[in-house]
Amino acid sequence: MTMDVTLNVKRYNPDAAKPASYNQEYRIDLEDGSSLLDGLIKVREEMDGTLALRCSCRSAICGSCAMRVNGRAVLACNTKMKDVMPKDGSPVKVEPAGNMGVVKDLIVNFDVFWGKIKAVKPWLQPEGPVPQGEYLAPNEAMLHLAGVMGCIMCGACVSDCTVLEVDKNFLGPAALAKAYRFVGDPRDAHEKDRLKDLTKYGGMWDCTRCMQCVQVCPKGVDPMGRIMKMRDKALAAGYNNTYGARHALAFTDLVRHGGHLDELRLPIKTFGIFNVKEMLKLAPIGMRSQMVGKVPPLFPKPIPGIQNVRRIFEKVEAKR
Amino acid sequence: MFDHDVLVIGAGLAGMRAALAASQAGVNVAVVTKVFPVRSHSNAAQGGINAALTDRGDKWEDHAYDTVKGSDYLGDQDAIEIMCKEAGSEIINMEHMGTIFNRDAEGKLGVRAFGGQRQARTFFVADFTGQALLYVLHEQVMKSGVRVYEEWFVLSLIVEGGECCGAVVMEMKTGEVHTIRAKAVIMATGGIGRVFEPSTNALICTGDGMALAYRAGAPLMDMEMIQYHPTTLKSNGALMSEAARGEGAYLINKDGDRFMKRYAPNMMELASRDVVSRSEQTEINEGRGVNGCVLLDCRHLGEKLIKEKLGQIRQLGIDFANADMIKEPVPVRPGMHYVMGGIRTNYDGLTSIPGLYAAGETACVSVHGGNRLGANSLLDTLVFGKRSGQHAAAGVKSKQHAAGVTDAYSEAEKKKIQAILDRPADGGELFGKVRQELGETMNKYLAVFRDQQGMETAQRKVKELRMRYEKVIVHDKGRTFNTNLIFTLELGFMFDCAETVIVGALERKESRGAHTRTDMPKRDDANWLKHVVQFRTPEGPRIEDQPVKITQWQPQVRSY
Repeated sequence: MTMDVTLNVKRYNPDAAKPASYNQEYRIDLEDGSSLLDGLIKVREEMDGTLALRCSCRSAICGSCAMRVNGRAVLACNTKMKDVMPKDGSPVKVEPAGNMGVVKDLIVNFDVFWGKIKAVKPWLQPEGPVPQGEYLAPNEAMLHLAGVMGCIMCGACVSDCTVLEVDKNFLGPAALAKAYRFVGDPRDAHEKDRLKDLTKYGGMWDCTRCMQCVQVCPKGVDPMGRIMKMRDKALAAGYNNTYGARHALAFTDLVRHGGHLDELRLPIKTFGIFNVKEMLKLAPIGMRSQMVGKVPPLFPKPIPGIQNVRRIFEKVEAKR
Repeated sequence: MFDHDVLVIGAGLAGMRAALAASQAGVNVAVVTKVFPVRSHSNAAQGGINAALTDRGDKWEDHAYDTVKGSDYLGDQDAIEIMCKEAGSEIINMEHMGTIFNRDAEGKLGVRAFGGQRQARTFFVADFTGQALLYVLHEQVMKSGVRVYEEWFVLSLIVEGGECCGAVVMEMKTGEVHTIRAKAVIMATGGIGRVFEPSTNALICTGDGMALAYRAGAPLMDMEMIQYHPTTLKSNGALMSEAARGEGAYLINKDGDRFMKRYAPNMMELASRDVVSRSEQTEINEGRGVNGCVLLDCRHLGEKLIKEKLGQIRQLGIDFANADMIKEPVPVRPGMHYVMGGIRTNYDGLTSIPGLYAAGETACVSVHGGNRLGANSLLDTLVFGKRSGQHAAAGVKSKQHAAGVTDAYSEAEKKKIQAILDRPADGGELFGKVRQELGETMNKYLAVFRDQQGMETAQRKVKELRMRYEKVIVHDKGRTFNTNLIFTLELGFMFDCAETVIVGALERKESRGAHTRTDMPKRDDANWLKHVVQFRTPEGPRIEDQPVKITQWQPQVRSY
């Protein structure tokens, strides 16, 4: 059985006289179970040799073929064409991965990506005498790390990261997940240095927890989950003097105290009441809130049943 | 023009291991790779890496014997001894550098069973061992500061005065062609998988290194030895790791019968790969298959084990065969997987051309002979990658750059490329169909079973396809990432490989290891206990023999 598919591919040729991106439609006949990649390969090998994309293994292990289909990052090789064909018969929209800059057609620039990977010092740093045999380590610790090790550096998470869209300085989910792989390794002796480095601007506290990376990761690496784990570890190691850390602590404190988020106190606790610079930055928001009557009460009352909220906290903390 | 002491071509396990070894020896090293290092095909190795660790009660001699027997006595035993002796220290070295290996209850490295071996000695990381090792080497290369030319494509090797002294390379992002001068060059470019269609191999496995070395004058050896892996998916040829059988999976036919008991009563599903593939193909040919496949049955292994140790291939089965191995058997069949042959080297990786080395799948040392044991390929890449790097580094210390190497070399390559781009477009075809037909031809006539007539048909067809190839057109005339041009050049490399596979197979008039001829079904030690070596000439390959090195294991009848 075959199916009739129309691909609408976003293209860009830097060698053109006036380079500009444009969309091109390709109509192809494909076997029923074909992947998106099968379709693109068919185009470039039989119809239009100028179409450029990266791909190699076809088994979701090499990480070459991340791109956006219908607005969402995927690996083309393990995306079934049937699953992405719109019901209304409109074309499958194929675009290059986001946040990285296009080199040509579906090929994006990975220079910054690798630079950020390298920035987290992604190599094991043991200390002390090297044993004659292997380092001893519990299998559970290794299995846990294998989950992060499953990352194939495809860049899908970076493509759809909402922080990177507005702040290019953010290390991003892939590099932070890679960092976690060493922070969590019982053989590595530099956990604290790593955590300290990663609490800086651009590091773990710049994630907004939008979950995009978790959703688009084709290997179940859960970058955001790893970032949150590192935050816990950083706080436990005493790196709590960043806005991000203090925001998290203040947030927790306020909810424990009153059962809801006290938006008036959150910035004060995060930045410090005498931090004039940051306080002034917040003034316009304050005034706008005032105009629409959204300023929270000065002395909020705890919610009814606050004891139950506190009990949840006790339970969770006892578990740690 | 760029200058380096040692130039490594390829950034898989063999290439990066070689680069690290050379760099640690204190010379200036660079790596050229047509894909980012972590995209290299080493990452697709699933099951594990073999080593006999003495503190586990295992002996390297046992590992060596299993390897010799697995090779159907075609492997060179001096090289096999070296590989098996050095295996333990390489594994421990990889662990020290950061590899996450599965552990046993004491926290030491755990092992699983693998085919063709009497003892469990396969170290592993779930079912993505290759990826785990590749990433660790990549980390170490990043740390070392070795220059890596990423997404640069090698067009030719430079040989001056009989010595290899560099390469001509295209930077894919700009289309610029450069000369890189080096005192030693190490080929670590992997296999020739795409010469066959389908194959478990990635699309980048186009035999570039073998063809480049062959064109530069280095001979290829045992090219007829093509491994068909017993468990690949029908839809796209994807690999289902031998680890499944290592963990206890069964192979059954349409009657639910564990048919391996008739072919290898002792080792059953864990006989050597050539044996299992032949058995499966016989079942299929005699009508006991299921739609051209047999069934890989993992159901009795249990959900926990499958999820923990076989998670990746379970997903492959779901994605590409619509079968979840926890609940149902997965249809599999023999599929082209590996080439035992390659660029002839000695056990220091040195080829017949001074200054030119090779390691990994692209090389033929030979440690795999007629059939490679599962989990010996990763070991091969590390041991001989390291040895090549060390030997090359030692050789360049007192050596000067060849004076005759100039940009004239890159100018010559530019002209050749321009000639391809300038081909008249009217009536021409793209490379795609030609490649597809090449692969299908090879897969039809040079598969698990072969015969004279079929191989001759293949030879004729490949000759015709090559004539079509000389006329294929390139749509893309641009400079930036002209993948159309690159694939067309790769197809040229593939034809060199295909031709030598066929010539080697026609030459070997016996059945040995993966080379099984239905018209000559017996192994013939009296006449064919030797390597088939091919040199390039304008008229086609010139063949020489080379004796097999035997140290302590005389050929015996091979049964499992």
